[in-house]
Amino acid sequence: MSFPWANQYEPQNPLMKWVDDRLPLPRFVYNAIGAGYPVPRNLNYFWNFGVLAGFCLVLQIVTGVVLAMHYAPNALVAFDSTEHIMRDVNWGWMLRYAHANGASAFFVVVYLHIFRGFFYGSYKAPREMVWLMGVVIFLLMMATAFMGYVLPWGQMSFWGAKVITGLFGAIPLVGEPLQIWLLGGFAPDNAALNRFFSLHFLLPFVIAGVVILHIWALHIPGSSNPTGVEVKGESDTIPFHPYYTAKDGFGLGVFLFLYCAMLFFLPNALGHPDNYIPANPMSTPAHIVPEWYFWPFYAILRAFTADFFFIPAKLMGVIAMFGSILVWFFLPWLDTSPVRSGHYRPLFRKFFWFGLIPAMAVLFYCGGAPAEEPFVMMSQLATAYYFLHFLVILPIVASVERPEPLPYSITEAVLGSDDNAELKAAS
Amino acid sequence: MTRLIGILVGLFFTAAVLWAFVSGAATVISEGELKPATAEHHFHKLPHEPSGGFSFNGAFGKYDKQQLQRGFQVYKEVCSACHSLRHVAFRDLEQLGYNEAEVKAIAAGFQVPGVDPNTGEATTRAGMPTDYFPKPYPNDIAARAANNNAIPPDLSLMTKARHEGSAYVYSLLTGYQDAPAELVKEFPGSAPGPGLHYNPYFANLNLAMAPPLTATDQVSYGDGTKATVDQMAQDVAAFLTWTAEPTLDKRKQTGWPVLGFLLFATVLAYLAKQQVWADKKGKKG
Ligand code: HEC
Ligand code: HEM
Repeated sequence: MSFPWANQYEPQNPLMKWVDDRLPLPRFVYNAIGAGYPVPRNLNYFWNFGVLAGFCLVLQIVTGVVLAMHYAPNALVAFDSTEHIMRDVNWGWMLRYAHANGASAFFVVVYLHIFRGFFYGSYKAPREMVWLMGVVIFLLMMATAFMGYVLPWGQMSFWGAKVITGLFGAIPLVGEPLQIWLLGGFAPDNAALNRFFSLHFLLPFVIAGVVILHIWALHIPGSSNPTGVEVKGESDTIPFHPYYTAKDGFGLGVFLFLYCAMLFFLPNALGHPDNYIPANPMSTPAHIVPEWYFWPFYAILRAFTADFFFIPAKLMGVIAMFGSILVWFFLPWLDTSPVRSGHYRPLFRKFFWFGLIPAMAVLFYCGGAPAEEPFVMMSQLATAYYFLHFLVILPIVASVERPEPLPYSITEAVLGSDDNAELKAAS
Repeated sequence: MTRLIGILVGLFFTAAVLWAFVSGAATVISEGELKPATAEHHFHKLPHEPSGGFSFNGAFGKYDKQQLQRGFQVYKEVCSACHSLRHVAFRDLEQLGYNEAEVKAIAAGFQVPGVDPNTGEATTRAGMPTDYFPKPYPNDIAARAANNNAIPPDLSLMTKARHEGSAYVYSLLTGYQDAPAELVKEFPGSAPGPGLHYNPYFANLNLAMAPPLTATDQVSYGDGTKATVDQMAQDVAAFLTWTAEPTLDKRKQTGWPVLGFLLFATVLAYLAKQQVWADKKGKKG
């Protein structure tokens, strides 16, 4: 679907016409990311991150497929095969650094994309499906990155796999057999490494599939925008191409510059040194920490240090860690304020900037820190706020807040006046 | 309804985590301290670089081949008695500036595992450029037996396997000292046991490696550099940085043109974007 004033595809050359008549793929592309997709004229740079996330996915798939041509998923040789890539494969060091830093870049981009959604209320009707698909993508990305990190079979690979699969052991009754079944043994070993490799290869393609659903769902109502006011007329939109292709091109340039600066000059800055030590089941690292992008959730996991009535502390931590992401699924029905954008929501804005963002920062910091005081107590307070924010504060704010006046339309927000608004006022 | 359930679930999580907070706080108050004092917290030191830093520091830094050759000499004459270098082949040494004949000679100076062509029995033979540096001990048990129950780790990736690894290796080698009197008094359990050596840069303060570099001119450098302990430590740290990251020079050399190109392309993309948007600017510009 699209707005009635959307440009119609008219093949310019006979070949494209021939193809389009038989398989309307050119038309599909034109309507999805070409001049046939009308987009609000006022999108800011936060709307660049979706396209960048798509780019990252392609980057990870391309570098990953080539890495897989040289990597050996066997516990005896996995570590050495990664070093073989680094030393003997032509440009192998660049591939591996591109893939490892690409995972980090992917998460940076996706976190900014999600942040945009939180602040501008992009999850609200009629875009709930877009949001739900997004949360599914995020969960799949976490699984993919976790299993990818296990592949080089260093110390953090091994112990990370052990800790995370150990979480399933916290489930009452079935926990332990489940954990053994998942790992194919009592501890991570060849069986686990092999299935992780297989799934790590598969999941990015599943992600690609869900991304298609995500964009399909988006194109029903079209993109939201920083005012959160829906498109009212033709003057509110401009065609995706050339306006947003040009803007995304510039965004991609900035992204690639920063990404390559990391890749070529600080390629190990985001990694953990222990992963350059081959996996050793007999020697536990002093601090087991996941990759930086998992730190907030790892902090939530470790915040539950005391049994709560009949629920053991560990189980409580596992429920909370998964719960902290699952609450995102319910966001469209928790935040019921009809106003989308945080720009026009004074109370929401206060809780967002002075509550949620600091709490996330604390969780991020504590998740990377050793599990000792004062970090545990700090993450406990931040975890409490996190759940309060999404489950208690947002619903209450939505019903007590008095939003600021909205512009009549996107055009008015951009130009200061809108002919349609004036006509309406006159009538 | 969703909101009501949501609020209840939210309060449940909050109550559970605040309960954990209160129990934790109670422990802290009853013990009167945030975390128990340990010898490591008080005496462990963070690594520092040699004065003047390393030649390969920073975005423009690169290896000093002369220094890598000296570092290799230290490894060969001192460290290789106990430590392997299993990811490095003799042929790789050409990157340090040795020519083919020199690499052949170096390789031939090492005995590597081989098979007797007549009897098929395991033996040793002179190394060839395609061989990897041999292990000094036949297995871990032998390594432990010779080293006070500690295995000397492989050094190929050592500088990437520790925080600030190059500085760490340098600091460790130059950091041996007598255990401070306060440590012995306050944490008798952390004083070096038999066969262990105090070193504040090592994670748990005492390690099984005796100071390997002890005297000036322990190795005699061919290039006239004075082989002080500090110099040898710097050189071997630089060499081990190369063994861990042999592609460092190439990486940075590739990086600059890539960034230059991206900067150019991004400026162009920006100008193109301005051009395209020229007719759509609102009042805010
Ligand atoms: C006599 C045998 C011996 C020699 C010679 C020797 N080492 Fe060691 N080294 C060891 C042992 C044993 C350990 C393990 C110590 C432990 O874990 O307590 C070790 C550990 C190390 C470590 C790791 C410390 C850590 O953080 O785990 C480094 C780095 C190191 N040696 C560097 C060197 C260098 C460089 C040289 C040459 C200048 C050298 N060693 C010479 C026996 C030796
Ligand atoms: C969603 C996209 C992806 C993410 C987030 C991701 C993430 C990761 C991470 C974090 C690592 C560990 C990096 C390291 O320590 O070296 C890794 C390794 C690896 N990945 Fe991926 N990856 C993705 C897609 C893919 C794809 C599509 C393939 C192959 C088809 C692939 C193949 C590999 C291989 C072979 C390794 C191991 C080699 C190595 O450790 O360098 N990845 N991945």
